Amino acid sequence: MNQNQPLRPLSRPAAPSLLTVYGEQVASRLLLGTALYPSPQVMSDAVRASGAGIVTVSLRREQARGRTGARFLDLIRALSVHLLPNTAGCRTAREAVTTAEMARELLDTDWIKLEVIANDDTLQPDLLGLVEAATELVKRGFKVFPYMTEDLSVAERLAAAGCRVLMPWGSPIGTGRGLANPHALRTLRAYFPDMPLVIDAGIGAPSHAATAMEMGYDAVLLNTAVAKAQDPIRMAAAFAAAIEAGRAAYEAGLIEPSDRATPSTPVAGTPFFDIDPAKRP
Amino acid sequence: MTTTSTHLREMTVNGAAVASAAGTLAELVAAQGFAGVKVATAVNGEFVPERRRAETPLSDGDRIEILSARQGG
Repeated sequence: MNQNQPLRPLSRPAAPSLLTVYGEQVASRLLLGTALYPSPQVMSDAVRASGAGIVTVSLRREQARGRTGARFLDLIRALSVHLLPNTAGCRTAREAVTTAEMARELLDTDWIKLEVIANDDTLQPDLLGLVEAATELVKRGFKVFPYMTEDLSVAERLAAAGCRVLMPWGSPIGTGRGLANPHALRTLRAYFPDMPLVIDAGIGAPSHAATAMEMGYDAVLLNTAVAKAQDPIRMAAAFAAAIEAGRAAYEAGLIEPSDRATPSTPVAGTPFFDIDPAKRP
Repeated sequence: MTTTSTHLREMTVNGAAVASAAGTLAELVAAQGFAGVKVATAVNGEFVPERRRAETPLSDGDRIEILSARQGG
């Protein structure tokens, strides 16, 4: 090989690559929520066991003379992870924008997990409110992580609004039903080959997360499946392993499924190959 | 002799009715026990940054939110 010729980059990296969101490289492709754990200690231990580099938090009313938020923040800061505040519970773009502004000041980050909820039973995102809020937040300098359905037209509008990460649901929040619409999720992945895509919500089992990663999703955000497990710390580790395996499999290149069986053992040299089965004793 | 009005304003703070003599958001935040505590504030649905609390007057009927960080998904 000519010494002056630049090395050709490998089409796929040899080791699982890092997640990059808004210019930040994060070692883990698991984003973990901090709610619903049996205790603050279990939450901290589960985050550590998960290896997550990004955790989600919320903003809630503080009791007069209360210090609950300060204590919680101390606990979270000790984990040395990126904080991704959410706008959970917001039902209008205006509420979400105000909450995002409050989160930016309180947590000193311009990252915001944008949730605008349309329906209390399904916790389905209000897609029109989502686009409206994302447009305004990007104008105000936020780096928006929108919680959306797998709808392609909304994804295009969010991308046009300036979102550089998209977070389609797997299925509704807290249901643990996994990837309800894999066909649409594959379509979304194919339409946005260079956009970081994170499956957010509905994941129940590590196999769901591994499937998302094998499909080429960049990361998975989950909470309930770990927090409500009998042993959240072990479940956090199980998800970490599944997500790493799924990503490595995607980067290694999965085979195409086939309807016909093909022998994996070589056919050449098979003994007794020339004996007519009808003449066997 | 000058008399200072100690009019109590009827406001809603974090969803609860509060009668307070606080004339500004900064005074109200202090009266609620948050002096020196990291909280985020909004008045009538609009974010008010910490640096503007002292110059944000309050009126009867105002709805004030005082938030801090919590567990979230």
